Amino acid sequence: MLAEFPWLTLIIWLPIFGGAAVIASGDKAAELTKLIALCVAVLTFLVSLSLWFGFDSGSAAMQFVERSTWIGSLKIDYFLGVDGISMPLILLTTFISIFVIIAGWDVITYRPSYYMGAFLIMEGIMVGVFSALDAILFYFFWEAMLIPMFIIIGVWGGANRVYATIKFFLYTFFGSVFMLIALIYMAFQADSFSILDFHDLQIGMTAQILVFIAFLLAFAVKVPMFPVHTWLPDAHVEAPTGGSVILAAIMLKIGGYGFLRFSLPITPDASAELDWLIISLSLIAVVYIGLVALVQQDMKKLIAYSSIAHMGFVTLGFFIVFTIVRQTGSSEGAVMGISGGMVQMISHGFISGALFLCVGVLYDRMHTREISGYGGVINTMPWFGAFAVFFAMANAGLPGTSGFVGEFMVILATFRADFWYAFLAATTLILAAAFTLWMVKRVIFGPVGNEQVAQLKDLNTRETLNLGMLAAATLAIGIWPKPLVEVMEPSIVNLVQQVQVSKLPAVATPVASLKP
Amino acid sequence: MPFEAAYLYTILPELTILVTACTVLITDLFLREDQKGINHGLTIVGLFFTFCVVGLIGGDQTTTAFSDTFVRDPMGDLLKGAVLVVTLLSFVYSSSYLRNRDLWVGEYYVLMLLALLGIMIMISANDFLTLYLGLELLALCLYALVAFDRDSKMGSEAAMKYFVLGALGSGLLLYGISMLYGATGALGFEAVAEVASVEGLQNKVLVLGLVFVIIGIAFKFGAVPFHMWVPDVYQGAPTPVVLFLSSAPKIAAFAMAARILVDSLSGLQGDWGEILIILSVLSMGIGNLVAIAQTNVKRMLAYSTISHVGFIFLGLLAGTAAGYSAAMFYAVVYALMATGAFGVLVMISHKGFEAENLEDLKGLSDRDPWLAAMMTLVMFSMAGVPPMVGFMAKLLVLQAVIDIGMVWLALVAVAFSIVGAFYYLRVVKMIYFDKAEILAPVDASAGARFAVTVNGLSMLALGMFPAALLSLCEAAFH
Repeated sequence: MLAEFPWLTLIIWLPIFGGAAVIASGDKAAELTKLIALCVAVLTFLVSLSLWFGFDSGSAAMQFVERSTWIGSLKIDYFLGVDGISMPLILLTTFISIFVIIAGWDVITYRPSYYMGAFLIMEGIMVGVFSALDAILFYFFWEAMLIPMFIIIGVWGGANRVYATIKFFLYTFFGSVFMLIALIYMAFQADSFSILDFHDLQIGMTAQILVFIAFLLAFAVKVPMFPVHTWLPDAHVEAPTGGSVILAAIMLKIGGYGFLRFSLPITPDASAELDWLIISLSLIAVVYIGLVALVQQDMKKLIAYSSIAHMGFVTLGFFIVFTIVRQTGSSEGAVMGISGGMVQMISHGFISGALFLCVGVLYDRMHTREISGYGGVINTMPWFGAFAVFFAMANAGLPGTSGFVGEFMVILATFRADFWYAFLAATTLILAAAFTLWMVKRVIFGPVGNEQVAQLKDLNTRETLNLGMLAAATLAIGIWPKPLVEVMEPSIVNLVQQVQVSKLPAVATPVASLKP
Repeated sequence: MPFEAAYLYTILPELTILVTACTVLITDLFLREDQKGINHGLTIVGLFFTFCVVGLIGGDQTTTAFSDTFVRDPMGDLLKGAVLVVTLLSFVYSSSYLRNRDLWVGEYYVLMLLALLGIMIMISANDFLTLYLGLELLALCLYALVAFDRDSKMGSEAAMKYFVLGALGSGLLLYGISMLYGATGALGFEAVAEVASVEGLQNKVLVLGLVFVIIGIAFKFGAVPFHMWVPDVYQGAPTPVVLFLSSAPKIAAFAMAARILVDSLSGLQGDWGEILIILSVLSMGIGNLVAIAQTNVKRMLAYSTISHVGFIFLGLLAGTAAGYSAAMFYAVVYALMATGAFGVLVMISHKGFEAENLEDLKGLSDRDPWLAAMMTLVMFSMAGVPPMVGFMAKLLVLQAVIDIGMVWLALVAVAFSIVGAFYYLRVVKMIYFDKAEILAPVDASAGARFAVTVNGLSMLALGMFPAALLSLCEAAFH
């Protein structure tokens, strides 16, 4: 029964319809509306747990598959399914969404029902992105995501919100339309829009490189990779706390997920050919963006840059695969690199989400995000101080927290490939420690900075619950990452095998034009 | 020409509209000022009845009438249905606008209905002369409608421009038709098609005729470089007239293009396809780029129309059945989107106030959340963002051009659609992110509210379930 029931459909549409209902209910009974929104979010999370428990972690095949015709004449299907890569990300989405709803509880005074509803709709769409196995369905969810986020940043954002949200929209839109062309092109080759059919497709080198670049544009903007990262600091700073959390914790992961689902398995030869490009961009992100983070005056901006640096780690882990295989001839280290990247994505979801919630806690009380506006917060908010220090440590990659596991795996894998890559990657341990701990020092510790800080009140129950749950998750993965790694393992092993098989047509006829 | 009673059955939808127009014309004579609502009621009933008739006599088979000068086929049925729906919506939207401005008179309805009749004749034309007849009926009614608010200087100016340029366009078309007639000795589409497919480009008169006919089509569509009338007319004409002008005649223009280019000159597809590439790229480029600079919503939407025409041409120039049905899907969907956008503008205009600047949309979400949401759906649909139907329409035409190997053209198209996204987003920004200067709630009739709901939600519904409309479009070009 567990496998027959359309769980994925339920997890996608429950929050979307729930969100629509919340919006429709309006703000007349705001408390009740918020409660309904919370119930929907919690219910969705509980339903999504069925994926974890019903998942066969010994198999790399797609599970919970649902397939029915959507647009018959174009061979577009409503085709859903998850494997070890997408399932943890869906759980991350449903988990984080709960805290977003809770975090907006008291703070959002302008149209709370719209706010909650938009986030619920957003949640459903993001689950859709992770579970879609039809390229058009994937693109459908991928782009639909922009609408609620555009409205969320624009309506509830900070002073410069209009600029930030239009920049966010246009950047992402720019990246993704080229992916659409690539998807249509491949659909003509495969005579189907199924992503799994794309995986079996033989494509010539020129076409592979063009398709790879189209994907890169879409995913690099989303991750975001240097040099197309500039929308992120703007969007993060201007977004309301919940928006920042969703952006950092989940939306960035969609870019990383795209690399694993599309770029690596569909265009392995082009990926192998161009891996130097991704590796360089990743290392630039780690080192250069790390340095940029160091000098930020605005807490949110600092965390935004830290996110870019950490995501650089993720892409490094994904694309180091080819060098490892070339150097060692075995795929063992490759699996570790991708697993490390995945663990890093999940962990970064918890940690960056929590850090943005921390900034939100301070901002709600003081209405400034400037580091210099604070000092000695721990004297008036001891509980908050404890949480903030904990998450800062996790962000810096302290052993025992989830931040350590992913980074360690990626660095270990990178060592097998090239000492200097690993050396540069490892600088993150110093840089991340420097920028986060320095921020903590200036904000949390020291003498009480000013009058307002002296009057701060410590966390309320809701905030404690939020940060406590995320801290627990961070610790759990840090201390015992095994279940997570095991769930992902077969899919990643399968992916690494797929990546090593050349997709070039058997007869070496270079494809001169894109004409199908 | 022998006459058969069965012909009357084939042209029943046209007859119904004609009867409605005549009834309104005569009834209006006997109505007092406070009874003019009866015109409105009669028109709505007539349109609804015609819609049913179109559905009733429709079918897979093709029937011709009046010595093959008139044809009823699946394509015609779908386009007529779409035209009737958008016209019905536009009447419902504009009733209170007209009432508030002393435009609440029978002549408005008669002219609109006759324009509609012209469109329906164009859709069903199977002969160059029938087509021209329908086109002129439409055009003459529209000239009068653009100047309908006779005290408005802008309106008169727009009507004058429209008339001069429109007459020029019709003249060029007629000139082209005469050359085609000279080259082939026939006016019927099928007869011309036979000669054209045999002689091809060998016949220089045919080539010249083709070029002039395409200019005529491009003119009626408002494609660059024959677009100069569009922004001025959109800005000057009364908003309800623009509402009609931007939707139904575009479907008529598509029908004209499909009948002439596909039915009659498909033998020359390689040649008109290349002309359309130029028109299409120019329309998408200039339309989208110039729209950014507009502060008047009506002008902005005029340039947006031009860019959408470029997309419709993309489907046509592919020259495949999939491309034609994609273009048809796009034309129908575009008409619905334009109706929604102008419908909202009509609704937020009230007595003594014309909503026409971007500023007038500021804070609409505070004044009327539902109306704001519907306008947002329409804007995102025009921008081509899923889950709205505008995305599906773009997907189909892109697929058609990629299928014929023109990936570069698809890249140009998406690049301009990114540019286009900006000005649609700006409208959403005005609606949601800015604070209202006028706080009065929008005073709209229940009927208009119902219409905008249907119109807005259809963006979402057709976007999520496009298969039904798509299969109708495919059936038209099987």
